[in-house]
Amino acid sequence: MRTLVILGGGTAGTMAANKLRAKLPRGDWRIVVVDQDDIHDYQPGYLFIPFGINTTDQVRRSTHAFLHDGIDFVIAEVDIVEPAEKRVRLVGGRELDYDYLIIASGTTPRPDQTPGMLGDHWHDSVGEFYTFDGAIALRDALARFNGGRLVMHITELPIKCPVAPLEFVMLADDYLRERGLRERTEIVYVTPLDGAFTKPVASRELGHHLETRGITVEPDFMIESVDPDRKVIVSYDEREVGYDLLVTVPLNMGADFVARSGLGDELNYVPVDKHTMQSTAYETIFALGDASNIPTSKAGSVAHFSVEVFVENFLELIAGRPMTHRFDGHANCFVESGGGKALLLDFNYDTEPLTGSFPLPKIGPMSLLKESRANHLGKLAFRHIYWNVLLPGRPMGLPSAMSMAGKNPE
Amino acid sequence: MPTTTLAGREIDVDAEGFLTKPEQWDEELAAVLASNIGIELTEAHWVPIRFLRKDFETQKETATLRRVSTVGGIPVKELFALFPGKPAKKMSYVAGLQKPKGCV
Repeated sequence: MRTLVILGGGTAGTMAANKLRAKLPRGDWRIVVVDQDDIHDYQPGYLFIPFGINTTDQVRRSTHAFLHDGIDFVIAEVDIVEPAEKRVRLVGGRELDYDYLIIASGTTPRPDQTPGMLGDHWHDSVGEFYTFDGAIALRDALARFNGGRLVMHITELPIKCPVAPLEFVMLADDYLRERGLRERTEIVYVTPLDGAFTKPVASRELGHHLETRGITVEPDFMIESVDPDRKVIVSYDEREVGYDLLVTVPLNMGADFVARSGLGDELNYVPVDKHTMQSTAYETIFALGDASNIPTSKAGSVAHFSVEVFVENFLELIAGRPMTHRFDGHANCFVESGGGKALLLDFNYDTEPLTGSFPLPKIGPMSLLKESRANHLGKLAFRHIYWNVLLPGRPMGLPSAMSMAGKNPE
Repeated sequence: MPTTTLAGREIDVDAEGFLTKPEQWDEELAAVLASNIGIELTEAHWVPIRFLRKDFETQKETATLRRVSTVGGIPVKELFALFPGKPAKKMSYVAGLQKPKGCV
């Protein structure tokens, strides 16, 4: 009997467990999923909670309900991984021996890493929407907001879902207009990048969307501290941006046990081969989803596409064959732009987001890098697809490798 | 790929002027690259530049600002003082490397 231990029951961990349970004989393989709680949130839904578009009950389920029969679920915190002994120690003393280990413990916002970010003002005049509680607190803070300076701020890249802050300001523009507050509100987008987004074509298109909405971009801003008394954020080169309501994306870091186990880089992400997600240090360890250091967006779509590649490779590996499938970094992101419309980005390691149609050339129905109603409906429908198709590991009919069909290279 | 003539020789660069072949770099070229962006190199500048070159040898990619600070031990504040405005970009430019990929 061999054992596969999966640390993390989020998107990547749950998908990998379910897909492999269907393929690995139960008499030969035990699959154990460890998570610190029994909560599984549909994280893309957090963005909509502050604006009342999603309710809290639409985004929250229990982890165990999505794990198929034949998967052991352990609720515990991970103390340390001992790769040489192929053992995981849990807080409380329990030990799990493994033949293979998947680290799928994601990335977490860490407001404690920026001086002044935490305090009485946290989840009040300084908010965020990357946690369930934060999204609810921000909903309430926005309801109390009466105009002034609304500042959307990104601490440092990489972050989970790098388009979400852009979506937030475009939705806020809509929301404030509806409440008659837009005229009295200045929306500022503060980023450590030199433009609205990381990739040139998308940065230009998205930058244009911000401009037409009268949203100011403050580029190249590396935050040193928050001064909650004066309500300003201060950069390392001593620039200041004042706010009435600050919505921040704190520094994102991988799990602390990754660092304790000596398996992480400077942000606790597990260095892996970007095509196989296999640890560069131990061939018995893989990192899936946001937990690895692969150079593409930290996003559910990446978790989904990369898990499909991983599963094929893993079956080859345990059969003693070379791994023949290669992940191309494919990411596919809906960008809500307000007014019931959305844009769609599709890209991979080598090709930046381009304009065109998706998934069918010229037909779509969705359009790439251009606002449309169909994209928005696609985004809303995705919550149901996530719970009912993706997590259970059912095929979605989209290839994991990116296609150039229907795209317009510049 | 475009090329440009720097320090009297042909150098391969990308559209933004970053070197595409790190092996074409040497310390003499670094001084020219630095003066292109208005920086006169002092011993303090050489500390992060040497770290970037050394780190690149093992990592095969350009260290991010955070990595220079946490692994290289140079405070971010100091990097901003040495390479004003855009330290990550400016340091990698002078070190003859691509700008760091962290941005995805």
